[in-house]
Amino acid sequence: MTDDTTDHMSLEGTIAPPMANGEIIFEAPWQSRVFGMARCLCEQGQFSWDDFRARLIEVIGAADAASGPGDEYHYFDHFLAALTAILEEKQLCNPAEVSRKAMELSNRPHGHDH
Amino acid sequence: MTKPSPQALRAEALESLLTEKGLLSPAQVDEVIATYSERVGPMNGARLVARAWVDADFRQQLLTDATTIVNEYAFEGGQCEKLVVVENTPDVHNVVVCTLCSCYPWAVLGLPPKWYKEPAYRSRIVREPRQVLSEMGLDLADDVEIRVWDSSAEIRYMVLPMRPAGTALLSQTELEAVVTRDSMIGVAQLRDVEG
Repeated sequence: MTDDTTDHMSLEGTIAPPMANGEIIFEAPWQSRVFGMARCLCEQGQFSWDDFRARLIEVIGAADAASGPGDEYHYFDHFLAALTAILEEKQLCNPAEVSRKAMELSNRPHGHDH
Repeated sequence: MTKPSPQALRAEALESLLTEKGLLSPAQVDEVIATYSERVGPMNGARLVARAWVDADFRQQLLTDATTIVNEYAFEGGQCEKLVVVENTPDVHNVVVCTLCSCYPWAVLGLPPKWYKEPAYRSRIVREPRQVLSEMGLDLADDVEIRVWDSSAEIRYMVLPMRPAGTALLSQTELEAVVTRDSMIGVAQLRDVEG
């Protein structure tokens, strides 16, 4: 038996072994906020989950195509991008507005960023 | 104190703007997060699995019309418009993926773990399932057929794992505690219970 399979395994990156039930789903509070916002807006009928899913597939597809072996994957960055895209499409919120607001928030005096 | 990340700032900006526009409130967002972190999770799927192990009629119904059963149980956390439960046997092992994004049967398994959403799992489990399962700690015999189920907006899948040995005397509630999330995704089998 030869050892020539070892390299091709690392091409696609390794898979972290799954942990037991109750593993942390959100790695940062903002990730849970964007998930919560998307579900809220969907429950209120601002858009359907299928519509949102279509944006998510587009964003993830583009990211998959652009990513190289060993790149870190940031699912919730894509989730946030998809949410921003559908909010723009439905004319609920403009990305430029979000950027302005984010800039404003980043200029807050220290200690205000919870 | 470190500065918040650009994403954290954008998320906060978004929530603030949507609140100003009256489209949502932070309390509603809190409520959604609480629901998905506390009331929706693999314990719901485990209830179905444990009952299927002890109740043959229920098992049959679960395998033919899981959607109706889930609606009857009224688990929180939608996204289970149509649920299909596939059964593992000594000859057939099932495993679930969403190749395009992150579709997952929320109502019975909660939110998906990180690795489920990663490109490595999404692309490789279809091409080389035996190898990927082995890397995740599940070595299947060569004569076991592996079936990979690709979730979509319309259909979500859950695996009915095989009942492990050593559980004959356990109650249905005790059996629920034996079932793991990974066994219902199909990336693990349940270990025999020591007598």
